[in-house]
Amino acid sequence: MSDQRVLLQIENLKKYFPVKGDRMFEKKYVQAVESVSFSIYRGETLGIVGESGCGKTTLGRTIIRLYEPTSGRIVYDGTPIYDSEQKIAVNMLPYRRKMQIIFQDPSASLDPRMTVGEIVGEALDIHGLCQGKTERRDRINSLLDEVGLNTEHANRFPHEFSGGQQQRVGIARALAVEPEFIVCDEPISALDVSIQSQVVNMLEDLQNEKHLTYLFIAHDISVVRHISNRIGVMYLGQMVELAESYELCSHPVHPYTQSLLSAVPIPDPDVTRERQRILLEGEIPSPLNPPSGCRFHTRCPYATDRCRQEQPILKEQSPGHFAACHLLDK
Amino acid sequence: MEENRKLLEVKDLKVSFFTPAGEVKAVNGISYSLGYNEVMGIVGESGSGKSVEAYSIIGLLQSPGKVTGGSILFEGENVLEYDAEKMRQFRGNKVSMIFQNPMTCLNPVYTIGNQLMEALTCHDKSISKEQAKARAIQMLELVGINNAAKRVDQYPHEFSGGMRQRAMIAMALICEPKLLIADEPTTALDVTIQAQILELMKDLQKKENTSIIFITHNLGVVAEICDRVSVMYAGHIVEQGLVQDIFYRPQHPYTKGLIASTPRLDEEDQERLVPIEGTPIDLLNPPKGCNFGPRCKNCMKICLREKPPYADLGEGHISACWLHFMKQKSGKTALAGKENAANE
Repeated sequence: MSDQRVLLQIENLKKYFPVKGDRMFEKKYVQAVESVSFSIYRGETLGIVGESGCGKTTLGRTIIRLYEPTSGRIVYDGTPIYDSEQKIAVNMLPYRRKMQIIFQDPSASLDPRMTVGEIVGEALDIHGLCQGKTERRDRINSLLDEVGLNTEHANRFPHEFSGGQQQRVGIARALAVEPEFIVCDEPISALDVSIQSQVVNMLEDLQNEKHLTYLFIAHDISVVRHISNRIGVMYLGQMVELAESYELCSHPVHPYTQSLLSAVPIPDPDVTRERQRILLEGEIPSPLNPPSGCRFHTRCPYATDRCRQEQPILKEQSPGHFAACHLLDK
Repeated sequence: MEENRKLLEVKDLKVSFFTPAGEVKAVNGISYSLGYNEVMGIVGESGSGKSVEAYSIIGLLQSPGKVTGGSILFEGENVLEYDAEKMRQFRGNKVSMIFQNPMTCLNPVYTIGNQLMEALTCHDKSISKEQAKARAIQMLELVGINNAAKRVDQYPHEFSGGMRQRAMIAMALICEPKLLIADEPTTALDVTIQAQILELMKDLQKKENTSIIFITHNLGVVAEICDRVSVMYAGHIVEQGLVQDIFYRPQHPYTKGLIASTPRLDEEDQERLVPIEGTPIDLLNPPKGCNFGPRCKNCMKICLREKPPYADLGEGHISACWLHFMKQKSGKTALAGKENAANE
């Protein structure tokens, strides 16, 4: 599927959110994304999984600069669009035509006072993609058709649609500018089970037709494995493991990935009851005060003194399989 | 299980919501029974009536919802005939409930201990404050909260999501109910926390011999914890049976569709998911025949005309679909058609 040409390169990307400290004038930072580096190849789907609060949504939004990064470097198709060292921060408007996003909650991301036609058409107007009303209308109709909606839906308002249809509108909106790269931020988690697979299939079809590249963010690992070529696992703002999706699910090497995968219930009573679980103690620590050393050491069953002091870096353990863990060094 | 060993029997329960737009039949004639020490899973999409059904058992149905028919027998007594006072005694004491979102269900201005003790003192006026507090601490320890003696005086905001759900479970179990209704108890939680909570519920169910009605849309969770499963679609139970029957020998097209459309982590990846086409029906204007008919791949003429009755497939496995009756009537042809559908 992917022809190994890097479309998007992310280096040491950081995003901190300032929050009020306990004392007056004290500033603290939520380290939502902490030094994440990876590349996305043209035509592939890179899945990002992790628990809530691990920074996966922030990562997606920072990459397309809906959030301004704190530091790091983002290179899109050979051109740096953000570089904190060389002080590059390009005007994103032309890049919005190439990079789009599908949001998690369709009912919250569509303007309730705009019709579907206006929502989809707004992007066309901003980028000046249509001359004349007829062309604009035809374009909107063909977009709605592509996502499985009827042309008469263009005059309706978002509240008249079911959740699955609203998400289709969100997808049509993202497709309007004919982007190359789409961040799918939990596009199916608000939908019913029987609708989820419809939307997943549609996203796959669109990718094949239009040669799209996806960054697919979700917490449902079964779905991410199905749709992705590669999967990155995030924990507390950092990427802990990154590999081909089949490789990652069958041979996870990072203790966190192992326990995450073992926690996913499998819809098969005999299999799931036989399975050995790696139950993690406790919960995710606060990103305000992340643990020293390896951020996972507080919950890791194999943590050593070195894990408590020294931060592991993401290293290639076997071809194409990256993981950040001291235990793998031997 | 013999007939007299039933803890709960729901017979032909009907619940409607009377809205300005018309009557919405959220639950339209469902029947099932639950034995002692049994875990029943109720699976369905949003709007299938699974929560409404549970709320009517525990008497928490709110206006404009109303039970319009049927009965709910708890140890032989019809719960629907209870007056308000009797319902108060019944609720919490014999049946209790865990809700989906633990943050909205705990009162933010009372300590966890306060809320646990309230559940106790409501039902047992003779218990002293000290005894109640000791019991609250004991319950928190039971559900795996460390340092319970200190935690008992903390407020809900000082607890994390998983711990709040543990506290909710402690609260639900403090009066030793015979039946616990869990309405999507792990949906708001992360998978690693979900695994912890499921482990805990399985443990407690063995220790306390509580029966559980487990409402969820997650088939993986059902496979993990339930003994029997009811699959609901648009206010009806379309299929019911042992968990193995439902997962390995599903008979109703909707159940088959649900299982086929769920990607599995442990299997070779299939090229494409097999979705159920169409969207859930509008309960304001339900179809005349089978509710699933408009979305069903095997839809026949009779499906659009009449509601299908239940076919008994043995060992408590029932399914409401006309296909089972066609099979008996016309022998091989319909059977072959059905197997094709299963293979598709």
